[in-house]
Amino acid sequence: MFREDAVTPSRFTADAVAALPGPAWLAEARQGAFERFQASPLPSESEEVWRYSRIDELDLEAYSPALDGPGAARADQALAGVSGLLSGAGRRAGLVVAGEGGVLQAELDPGLASKGVALGSLASDPDGASLLGAVAQAPDALVELAGAFVADPVEVRVPAGVVVEDPLVVVHWSSQEGGASFPRTVVRLEEGAVANVVEVVASPDLSGLVAPVTEIDVAERACLGYLGVQHLGRRVWQVAYQASRVGRDGRLTSFAASLGGHYARLRTDSVLAGQGGEAALLAAYFGDGAQMHDFRTKQDHDAPSTTSDLLFKGAVAGAARSVYSGLIRVRRGAHGTNAFQTNRNLVLSAGAHADSVPNLDIAENDVRCSHASAVGPIDPEQRYYLETRGVPPEVADRLIVLGFFDDILARSPVPALAPHLRRMVAARLADPVAGPEEEE
Amino acid sequence: MQGLRGGIPGHEILRGIDLEVLSGEVHAVMGPNGSGKSTLAHVLMGRPGYEASAGSVTLDGEELLGLPTWRRAQAGLFLAWQYPVEVPGVDPAEALAEALVAGGREAGDVPARLSAEASRIGFEERLLTRPLNVDLSGGEKKRNETVQLSVLQPRFAVLDEIDSGLDIDALRAVARRVEEATVDSDLGVLAITHYPRLLKELRPDVVHVLVDGRIVATGGPALAEELERSGYGAYGAPGASEGPWEVGALPEGGPLGP
Repeated sequence: MFREDAVTPSRFTADAVAALPGPAWLAEARQGAFERFQASPLPSESEEVWRYSRIDELDLEAYSPALDGPGAARADQALAGVSGLLSGAGRRAGLVVAGEGGVLQAELDPGLASKGVALGSLASDPDGASLLGAVAQAPDALVELAGAFVADPVEVRVPAGVVVEDPLVVVHWSSQEGGASFPRTVVRLEEGAVANVVEVVASPDLSGLVAPVTEIDVAERACLGYLGVQHLGRRVWQVAYQASRVGRDGRLTSFAASLGGHYARLRTDSVLAGQGGEAALLAAYFGDGAQMHDFRTKQDHDAPSTTSDLLFKGAVAGAARSVYSGLIRVRRGAHGTNAFQTNRNLVLSAGAHADSVPNLDIAENDVRCSHASAVGPIDPEQRYYLETRGVPPEVADRLIVLGFFDDILARSPVPALAPHLRRMVAARLADPVAGPEEEE
Repeated sequence: MQGLRGGIPGHEILRGIDLEVLSGEVHAVMGPNGSGKSTLAHVLMGRPGYEASAGSVTLDGEELLGLPTWRRAQAGLFLAWQYPVEVPGVDPAEALAEALVAGGREAGDVPARLSAEASRIGFEERLLTRPLNVDLSGGEKKRNETVQLSVLQPRFAVLDEIDSGLDIDALRAVARRVEEATVDSDLGVLAITHYPRLLKELRPDVVHVLVDGRIVATGGPALAEELERSGYGAYGAPGASEGPWEVGALPEGGPLGP
């Protein structure tokens, strides 16, 4: 579908883009993205990368760019909305809260600030121009749209050699009914830096479109743990894009926890760009009611002796759906690559459905690659075993589902948050939403 | 058990079993392969895919047939599995606590009781923190079953081939703990076994011989000794060449072992 097809005049206009505040380089970047957005077709389920998705149901015209205004996010609401998660994370080195219009609040350990750690508005960073878009090349029109309407990206920068012990937390809160918001985060760890970042994308119960873009740049010998938590309201559409690049001997552990949203998509493109680079790519997702979680991953090996290890685990209940589609790509020259891809899905009701599509594209010989996927119900033997102890079947199922997520939660880059994530899944299991009817 | 018949749908394996076990007693059910021993355990516990087609099973007066498995367990029945299932990610203490809570019982001290019971039968304490049965050896799984039995304190336990996969030390420890439970908490026991060697350690009050879905002989401990000498052939069992067995001469797990 091309823009000309639109019946109602779009609210996503060049004038709206031009009206956004910020430095000239940011305005220029937005304008470029808007032009590319206009020139490219909207995604369609006929494309392989959108197959099984709900993208044909997306009605952009139902949303307006969410900007600063009376209904815009406030820091206190955002903090209240994610208070459980923040307290679960325990000690933190810094916190940024961003709303539709940009950064609302930022705090950072003064000791780290003095070492050059930056956490806050990218627009006010003199190097901002070179950081924005350094890793992410927009793969489709919706990511271009996000680039066009980004208010003020959040930056997380750790200079060479600096070790940040406690997590740096970024909260994106969307609160405008009918709004489209475009959270953007740029994470850069310079040579040998070490840090953990928690990025939360959340909203109250509202109808909205959220299109977050996260860029992750892990330089030589740097080590980043990144935990992304998607905790949007159940009527929100999310189309998220995460691009990462790991340099020589760098290490990234990326974990996506996805619980909210009506249709919540996350595409991750992970490039192993430097020899010896490693990426552990993890995700846990749980859907019920009419939810759909949609993951597309690419493990792109572009240097020798690189390793990627992907494990995505999800459960669908009620009438929920999930899609996992992954590609391991080993480019010519990336010999000695180790690439693993595993997707496991529990289907908890007859009305729920999960699709799992692993793929390999290998242009080198000396590589070790594997992929595995599984979709199935709770093992009746496990349930029966627990029943023989006196555990009621519904409790047995809850234990088994939590147990299913146990190994992956144990790999959370922020271990303190693993119990919180487990409690979030447990709460969903204890109070299930059955079918789409119940959500109307 | 009165007139218990059942099996899998369309295939009756138990063909009328009458059996009474009093609290504190140990009964052994012995029989050759295919005699219906495991089916008896499955029908008693209500395993999906198995059904009782006739008869009655009561525990302290409560009819168990027709109850879902977990309710039978709450009524006081415990099944020690022949091959305990691995349940990834599920903490044994949490599972037992849920079982106790579902029965309205005190669950706060489960971890302490697990530790105490583990040390009592030589189950390494560090294994208690593993998910249920995950990465345990055959013998460790059987000890784990016994630990759980001891914590849950059922009124009646069915031990399904508890001796398979056990070395003699583990067999001894498990048998001793079960015997203690018959004394301490009046546990009634139905020990299903193929091999008489279990009964050297877990001394039965009564021995039943199950052949072709029926109890064909009942006697005292001497019956087990006789079976050891002569096998099941005298009871018309098909494949009557099985046995005699020499106690302790079997390989780990025996021919039925994992």
